[in-house]
Amino acid sequence: MGQMKRYLPLAILGLLAILPLVGLSTYALHILIMVIMWSIVGMAWNLLGGYCGQVSFGHAAFFGVGAYTAGIIYAKGGASAWWGMPLSIVFVSVFAMVIGFICLRLRGPFFALATLAIGVILRVTAENLTSLTEGDLGIMIRERTWIEKTWYFYVVLTLAAITFYLVKRVIESRLGYYFVAIREDQDAAESLGINTTLYKTVALCLSAVFTGLAGAFYTNYMGYIDPKVVFALHDISIVTIMVVMIGGVATFWGPVIGSVIMVLLAEVIRSIPRLGAAHHTFFGILLIVIIIFLPNGIMGDMPKLKRMMRIGKPV
Amino acid sequence: MTPLLSVRNVSMFFGGLAALHDVSFSVAKGEILGLIGPNGAGKTTLFNVINGFYRPSRGNVFFKDQRISHLRPNKICGLGVARTFQVVKPLQRMTVLDNVIASAFLRSRTKAEAVRTATEVLDFTGLLADKDMLSRGLPLGKRKRLEIARALATAPELILLDESFAGLNPSELNESIQIIKGIKNRGITIMIIEHHMKVIMAISDRIVVLNYGERIAEGAPSEIRADPLVITAYLGVDENA
Ligand SMILES: Nc1ncnc2c1ncn2[C@@H]1O[C@H](COP(=O)(O)OP(=O)(O)OP(=O)(O)O)[C@@H](O)[C@H]1O
Ligand SMILES: [Mg+2]
Repeated sequence: MGQMKRYLPLAILGLLAILPLVGLSTYALHILIMVIMWSIVGMAWNLLGGYCGQVSFGHAAFFGVGAYTAGIIYAKGGASAWWGMPLSIVFVSVFAMVIGFICLRLRGPFFALATLAIGVILRVTAENLTSLTEGDLGIMIRERTWIEKTWYFYVVLTLAAITFYLVKRVIESRLGYYFVAIREDQDAAESLGINTTLYKTVALCLSAVFTGLAGAFYTNYMGYIDPKVVFALHDISIVTIMVVMIGGVATFWGPVIGSVIMVLLAEVIRSIPRLGAAHHTFFGILLIVIIIFLPNGIMGDMPKLKRMMRIGKPV
Repeated sequence: MTPLLSVRNVSMFFGGLAALHDVSFSVAKGEILGLIGPNGAGKTTLFNVINGFYRPSRGNVFFKDQRISHLRPNKICGLGVARTFQVVKPLQRMTVLDNVIASAFLRSRTKAEAVRTATEVLDFTGLLADKDMLSRGLPLGKRKRLEIARALATAPELILLDESFAGLNPSELNESIQIIKGIKNRGITIMIIEHHMKVIMAISDRIVVLNYGERIAEGAPSEIRADPLVITAYLGVDENA
């Protein structure tokens, strides 16, 4: 059992890696890419919100900065948008440090509100800083690297595998213990010799960097970004939180499961003609239902779910 | 010999209230110093000042001749001053072992080392059998001991114990007294706040008495017991407790 659990991530990775070889439709491949991209963002948010307890309502800010790093390097720097991936690590971590300096002195709901504001401020800034971002026109990547989606799939899969591995390593190390200690009781953590300001900043930067990488990938993959899309409160920041909450806060697999559910659900809802426009409403209701019935998400409430399944079955 | 800890003319104001007023005393290396006083006398406030949660309104605190009253709690803990909380603060959704590992990391380079320290400390405090329990599931007596275990895992030179005995039954009380003696035998200096008169008189080398934020007496247990100021302020009303 323990052995099986250890190799489960590798088995899943291997399985995913051979999937394109069996000949998936372009649409199926697109859905898969989206699921994997959202897993990355979810895992990143989980590091800060789930383990360290600093709930962010503004992760679109980091996603957007990553996406625009790739976009601007292409549109203004004349370089390949792929350079956005390594460069976003630098820009996003510097940006996150500034945000951390401003927001991390706030606790609980105040931090959440501050991140919410940061997300909005960034969207408005991107809309108005037209000399750099082209404003509402957005940035279009004209030369696509690949016509086929297969290679994008492998890029995002690699990124997800690295993220999963690093998050697991971090959480099982000193950092992970410090993050959870801070989440559980900041005063206690401080009195145990933990520099809470420093480690909250570390959690924020790590979380932001992975989110930014997903953003930079998004630019390359979609070939078009504008402020309303990549800095979106609903479609990025809130969806990120839902991915983690549905899957299971502070669990390794929660964000993965959550993103499968959220991406598929979004597709289904959008395909229903009348309901499509109201998908925000639907997601909102779903979030409330989850908070009430599965407050720990699918992974966190696994024992409870299993019990519910057993009810009605003959013993 | 210079004292391990010295509190010099410390005052702490909350609005108009002087929770501490011009308090001075020192703690020698290796001793057990009892801190007593009626409810609201300022005992916990004094710990919060020493530990860095509060910056004193006036006065200074020195640890091994270094001024610490401007440092953050994590720095002060790093220098070798650990504390427990009167209102316990377990890291609720962590196991007992993980609670202690989190604090053992302060002096450990590797996780294996932190686990070793934590296990040793849990054994010492009699919590090893509960190590895999989530700490929020522990009964109060054991939570109080978890506070002590966590503080010990930071390998302090001075440990501040805030009412670690309150709410314990007689057998738990005995166990905790043995633990305190064991801590002293390890060469760790102890400052302890306690309402239980018999216990504090029995284990303290010296006692400091606070009343309305002022230090009204200091001395050996026998002297404190005979001090008329203390008797009226504190023991008089509490003789049979
Ligand atoms: N953060 C604070 N803000 C305002 N007043 C405070 C604060 N902390 C303590 N006080 C006040 O300071 C006084 C001393 O409180 P403290 O908790 O130090 O007493 P104590 O001696 O530990 O009492 P007890 O035996 O009940 O634990 C009390 O009047 C308390 O209300
Ligand atoms: Mg108190």
